[in-house]
Amino acid sequence: MQTENYTITDSNLQQLLQALLSSGQKVVAPVRANNKVLFKEIKSASEVCSDHVQTTLSAKHLAFPRTEVLLQYKKTGKEVTINDFPFDAVPQTFLWGSRPCDAGGFAPLDGIFNWDSKDAIYNKRREQLTIISFSCTRHDDACFCTSMGGGPGNTAGSDMLITPAGNGTNIAEIITDKGKALFENYTSLFEEAMGADKEQYLTKIDKVFDTAEIKAKVEAFFESKVWKEQSARCMGCGACAYVCPACACFDIQDDKHGSKGSRLRCWDSCGFQLFTLHTSGHNPRETQARRWRQRVMHKFSYMPDRINVVGCSGCGRCSRACPADMNLAEHLEVIMKMEAEKI
Amino acid sequence: MCNSNIYMPYPMRVEKVTNEAPGVKTFRLNFINAEDAQQFTFKAGQFGEYSVFGTGESTFCIASSPTREGYIECTFRQSGKVTSALTNCEEGDTIGFRGPYGNIFPLDEWKGKNLLFIAGGIALPPMRCVIWNALDRRSDFKDVTIIYGARSVNDLVYKHELEEWKNRDDVKLVVTVDPGGETPDWKGEVGFVPSVVEKTAPVAANTIAIVCGPPVMIKYTFPVLEKLGFTDDTIYTTLENRMKCGFGKCGRCNVGKVYVCKDGPVFTYKQLKELPDEY
Ligand SMILES: Cc1cc2nc3c(=O)[nH]c(=O)nc-3n(C[C@H](O)[C@H](O)[C@H](O)COP(=O)(O)OP(=O)(O)OC[C@H]3O[C@@H](n4cnc5c(N)ncnc54)[C@H](O)[C@@H]3O)c2cc1C
Ligand code: SF4
Ligand code: FES
Repeated sequence: MQTENYTITDSNLQQLLQALLSSGQKVVAPVRANNKVLFKEIKSASEVCSDHVQTTLSAKHLAFPRTEVLLQYKKTGKEVTINDFPFDAVPQTFLWGSRPCDAGGFAPLDGIFNWDSKDAIYNKRREQLTIISFSCTRHDDACFCTSMGGGPGNTAGSDMLITPAGNGTNIAEIITDKGKALFENYTSLFEEAMGADKEQYLTKIDKVFDTAEIKAKVEAFFESKVWKEQSARCMGCGACAYVCPACACFDIQDDKHGSKGSRLRCWDSCGFQLFTLHTSGHNPRETQARRWRQRVMHKFSYMPDRINVVGCSGCGRCSRACPADMNLAEHLEVIMKMEAEKI
Repeated sequence: MCNSNIYMPYPMRVEKVTNEAPGVKTFRLNFINAEDAQQFTFKAGQFGEYSVFGTGESTFCIASSPTREGYIECTFRQSGKVTSALTNCEEGDTIGFRGPYGNIFPLDEWKGKNLLFIAGGIALPPMRCVIWNALDRRSDFKDVTIIYGARSVNDLVYKHELEEWKNRDDVKLVVTVDPGGETPDWKGEVGFVPSVVEKTAPVAANTIAIVCGPPVMIKYTFPVLEKLGFTDDTIYTTLENRMKCGFGKCGRCNVGKVYVCKDGPVFTYKQLKELPDEY
């Protein structure tokens, strides 16, 4: 659908959130807990944190939980009963207060989970999810969304985007049918568009590189020693993949309790040594350099090639989370400046 | 939207267990639900995820031929968690299977050609499927040669099949064991697969070579085949990168941009030469 523009006051925005909660809807929003801001299910509008740049973890768990039950089984003698995933039990969920880069992170996930075979479990959760994002009026050193084709006011992936416009008002953009459905339930809270350009309210982030250029560069430098140099301090902890909105690699494991149990899908990381280890002991990506290269190639070359989407929205979480101070954007900048003879 | 869970396995009955070699078993599996059996089809070269409920899933090729309908077979070596749990399964037990996944051996393109199968160790299973498939439509092909090698006489799998292939006059079978692996009454060849290939392979002209085995065997067999005049697009093999999903989502089986679970597991030597060394 064509994006529609409205205005909504701060107090009506609060009312909208409160109305969702009062009607018993599941709402997930950024909440401050200890020193972190995380997406959590809220019960009251007052729990929402709004003075943060970015949550520590992305919102991907709403469509791709950290651990989820794919099926359950029960053994009786030699017989096994298998219970399918309870599709009808997936609740409708509203994600409130995500950033444009959180919303943008769903495009790579949508691509992976629908590459040829459709992952109905992921798709069901995705279908039940309505995303109400807030544009960014602040950013930090780790943010690089503009270099990834996004931006602090980018609408891609959100169903509704709210841009704070000062003086207690906000620009509300209705982007998708899901956004429209929400709008239509609470039309009286919205007012006519004020006609102001939202750009003036957004934080400014310089675009340092371009995804097509990165793709060409990382492919040209596949055999370079740069991967080894850059990954020398990586300890393969996998934190970067866990906080990433676009990382979808997973493991499948069984969890057994007596004669019953479940088959689980759990987040995994290409940074782990065991990720590709064969039972024979052979490991095709035996060094951290190869694993780092895989991480970068997967996001910036293989995914664009195979599913036509870049595996990064520039949220910067990996750089903020890394205990070894690996900074993806900085590393990409180095590769962008490399010349052929330095391979 | 399609509401079917792609991780749901078919419940399968372990119909028959065959001990092939020390630590190596073949399971014949029947579909427990008749409708599953009816709608299931696959082609030579494809694989699946076999699971023991409570232990997990494991990737094996389908070792039976698509021409033998109503059941599938798999052959596995006890090596880790799931294969050990499978080893403990008995006839009548229920296990899971989901598949088929992956690409196929292009048998239709090979019509009118000679086929040379070269297998080492426990790698006969992926081969057995395509061999039976080819033999069940024998008139489509010219000469069929099978060269099979294992460490010792004890390690040879599919002894029953080897006997059957030996007795057919439309198949040339060469079985070899590594030096020192022979028994006093051994009548086959003694030597490593690559050198036996050099000695016994048919002419390269109009021949397709299908090679499956441990990485070292493959590494030394390809150059021998090239020396014998085989071009790299007439040599086929399969890759076995670690897998979880089988359909391009879990992210671990890729070699560069090529996903072994979707683009493979069957590759020509020519395709392998274009891949980075990540397998
Ligand atoms: C396309 C394909 C076909 C195969 N066909 C056969 C076959 O016909 N017979 C046979 O014996 N083996 C085959 N293998 C290898 C077999 O999958 C592994 O040896 C087996 O999964 C080990 O499982 P495990 O749980 O006993 O070992 P563990 O080491 O305990 O493995 C744990 C997990 O790692 C995964 N894994 C470990 N090594 C491999 C590997 N080399 N390849 C794929 N996944 C791995 C398994 O999925 C398992 O979930 C095949 C592999 C592939 C990719
Ligand atoms: S968070 Fe840092 S140390 Fe950990 S795997 Fe990622 S890059 Fe390596
Ligand atoms: S096995 Fe999961 S991506 Fe290939």
